[in-house]
Amino acid sequence: MSKVSKLTPIQKRRQRGALTLLVLSIASLIGFGVLQKQSAPVTYKFVLEKEWIAINEWTLDSRTGSYGFSIVALLFSIWAFSQFRRNKKIQLQSALGGFAILMAFLCWAASGKMIPFTGLLQGALLLSVPLIFGAMAGVLCERSGVINIAIEGQLLAGAFAAGVVASLTQNTTWGLIVAPLAGALISLILAVFAIKFSIDQVILGFVINVLVIGMTNFLYKKLLIPYQNTWNSGPILTPIEIPILSKIPLLGPIFFNQTIIVYLMYLIVVVIHLSLFKTRWGLRTRAVGEHPTAADSVGIKVNNLRFRNVIFAGLVAGLGGAYFTVGAVGAFGKEMTAGKGFIALAALIFGRWSPLGAVMAALLFGFADNLQGILSITGTPIPSEFMLMAPYIATIIAVTGFVGRVRAPAADGIPYNRGGSH
Amino acid sequence: MSKLKKYLDDTFKSITLPLLAFLLAILSGGLLIAFSDPKIYKLWKSPLEFLGTGFASAGHAYLALIQGSIFDGNLTSKNFLLGFYPLSETFVVAAPLILTGLSVTLAFRAGLFNIGAQGQFIFGAIGASYVGFHYNLPLVIHGLAAILGAIVLAGLWGGLVGFLKARTGAHEVIVTIMLNYISIYFLLWLLSTQTFLRKGRQDPIAPPVNETARLPKIFGMDYRINLGIFVAFGVAYLIHILLTRTTWGFQFRSVGANTLAAKTAGMSVPFVMTSVMVICGALAGLGGAVQVLGSEYALTAGVAGSFGFDAITVALLGRAKPLGTVLAALLFGALRAGGLTMQANTTTPIDIVLVIQALVVLFIAAPAMVRAIFRLKNVKSGSDMAAKGWNG
Repeated sequence: MSKVSKLTPIQKRRQRGALTLLVLSIASLIGFGVLQKQSAPVTYKFVLEKEWIAINEWTLDSRTGSYGFSIVALLFSIWAFSQFRRNKKIQLQSALGGFAILMAFLCWAASGKMIPFTGLLQGALLLSVPLIFGAMAGVLCERSGVINIAIEGQLLAGAFAAGVVASLTQNTTWGLIVAPLAGALISLILAVFAIKFSIDQVILGFVINVLVIGMTNFLYKKLLIPYQNTWNSGPILTPIEIPILSKIPLLGPIFFNQTIIVYLMYLIVVVIHLSLFKTRWGLRTRAVGEHPTAADSVGIKVNNLRFRNVIFAGLVAGLGGAYFTVGAVGAFGKEMTAGKGFIALAALIFGRWSPLGAVMAALLFGFADNLQGILSITGTPIPSEFMLMAPYIATIIAVTGFVGRVRAPAADGIPYNRGGSH
Repeated sequence: MSKLKKYLDDTFKSITLPLLAFLLAILSGGLLIAFSDPKIYKLWKSPLEFLGTGFASAGHAYLALIQGSIFDGNLTSKNFLLGFYPLSETFVVAAPLILTGLSVTLAFRAGLFNIGAQGQFIFGAIGASYVGFHYNLPLVIHGLAAILGAIVLAGLWGGLVGFLKARTGAHEVIVTIMLNYISIYFLLWLLSTQTFLRKGRQDPIAPPVNETARLPKIFGMDYRINLGIFVAFGVAYLIHILLTRTTWGFQFRSVGANTLAAKTAGMSVPFVMTSVMVICGALAGLGGAVQVLGSEYALTAGVAGSFGFDAITVALLGRAKPLGTVLAALLFGALRAGGLTMQANTTTPIDIVLVIQALVVLFIAAPAMVRAIFRLKNVKSGSDMAAKGWNG
């Protein structure tokens, strides 16, 4: 082991990952600890009511906190290095180290203030919901070889359909039924043009977004504003408390006192993850996304499978769109998805096109978004605009391969025509 | 003579498809306008009246669209020429659109998809605005300096994309989508800083650019039309020359047509990718400069409107050719300018323009469909939208 040998790409990636963590922890130690101008108490407030253990708040000195968490991060980076030496994974160490740096940052940013910790996590989860749905739709499409830039349009169509139908019927269930269909309709355009006509899928997705934005804006101004009482005043879903799970300290009220959409989201994530890696359908989907010719040669109908998966993706994203209206505010608003579809795309890429990776990325982006919201109220040393940029910068760093290169499924975006070039 | 005939024939063939696609989109938009008004469904018992009312409302909307984009008889009371005020507005909107459209067109020709024109436009607007209000320079020089500021800033911002693609293989679509968001947040932050805060104002608006830096109005003070449209025409011609008459342009097209072949022929692909994106950025940035120095005179949070996004539909409708891009930008400029009048005079929201734009591109993208509808043979379908993957 002592001999200097050539590193494999994976080892290189681990080395760079551990190195990045080390640099970041030192920067955190200096930036948040040493350079902190004044030390003041930070209070983490936990709103706990019915759980088994009651913690209300936790106060610590901001400089001590920053030092403490930075040192913890430093220890994790050292652990990551030793893992790298022993040729083992460093995922866990990186995640924990990253979390420690985040806590150090929080101590610095909220020095002398109070952070509603439960609210922070709860809000983060809610902001992640459409991202996770969108990213799952992306996984379904792109793993089978169809680029999906139209996530934004699918979400928006779902939001519109759910809002309008729930308003007309005064029944959230109908909204939840129609939203996936609207998403699937958008997917149908994508599927027909991408698979049947072999159109460039990036351009196609872009145009579909313009179409959906134009249509919903048009109908919003023409119908939903003038006839607001009938067309745009839908009911909202009520949260359902899950008996035992919701009593778990801290996590219970965050994860298990939500609306049906969020529970459906858990289900969809688990189902997609398991089916993609454990079932015949998943194996075929991945084969079609990586090497359609090989898949075809063993009798898989490439384009049929792609077509079906793109429609599934529309169903998932459409349901996610319902979150914006029946899941949150009831009424539809002009372009209310506000670029969430593109953050979902970023999460998909940041999560390396894997379902669980995408979920983690979506949660992280949701957390950053909510943190920004909370800090902009309490006041922070960093302009909120820079915090809003964070997911996008992170994605660029990911695709440029600074910390390990991300790679799309090999045949992603390339139409398949049997026996010929395209 | 036969050469001319061939040229005309070719032109006709390549213009047929966009024209028919546009016609179909206008028709579909008309149907949407006609049947989206719930009032007409009360007339369903008499089909003739039902259809008549529907088509009348679509007709009114499109009439208002033309009034708002070409000629309005109501404005001629004082001076007949004032009736053409809407046409001048079309040119005002078209100028930045031509430039951003050219940015996307040029990238297409080099095999790159520049979704980032929006962000590059923003950086151009920032550069033009800062030089425009912060410095005091003599008349012509100030304008040129502001434009230079825009080009440099936006060129660097665009070049970053090409550089990252050439060095790391990061797909330009992903990078430009992300950079667009970064640009808008950067602009919002900038407008909250002391330097860019207009005195006595709290809302995000920068100080006005000095008179010396503004682009001159060319048809008097009654019209907003300014030098920008001629800048746009001139630049379109330059891009045409660049693509067809220079080695550099040949390299762009070679890399666009077949990267591997270009590499084998000894061209430096990283250089081509970076330089083409620098120019694309500069073009979109010039669009931002024309918008700020020509018609807006100040940097605001919404300065970019949707110029960078419309640019993509413009380039696609223009079949990735400079002349086509100019014509498409004039068309969409007219839709934009007319859409405002339409929204004010009829109950039809301006967003129908977005629907029409998207449909035009969808119809163009599917030549098979348009051909089937019109039973055409022998029209050019073009391969400007052949698919490429994330990894290529």
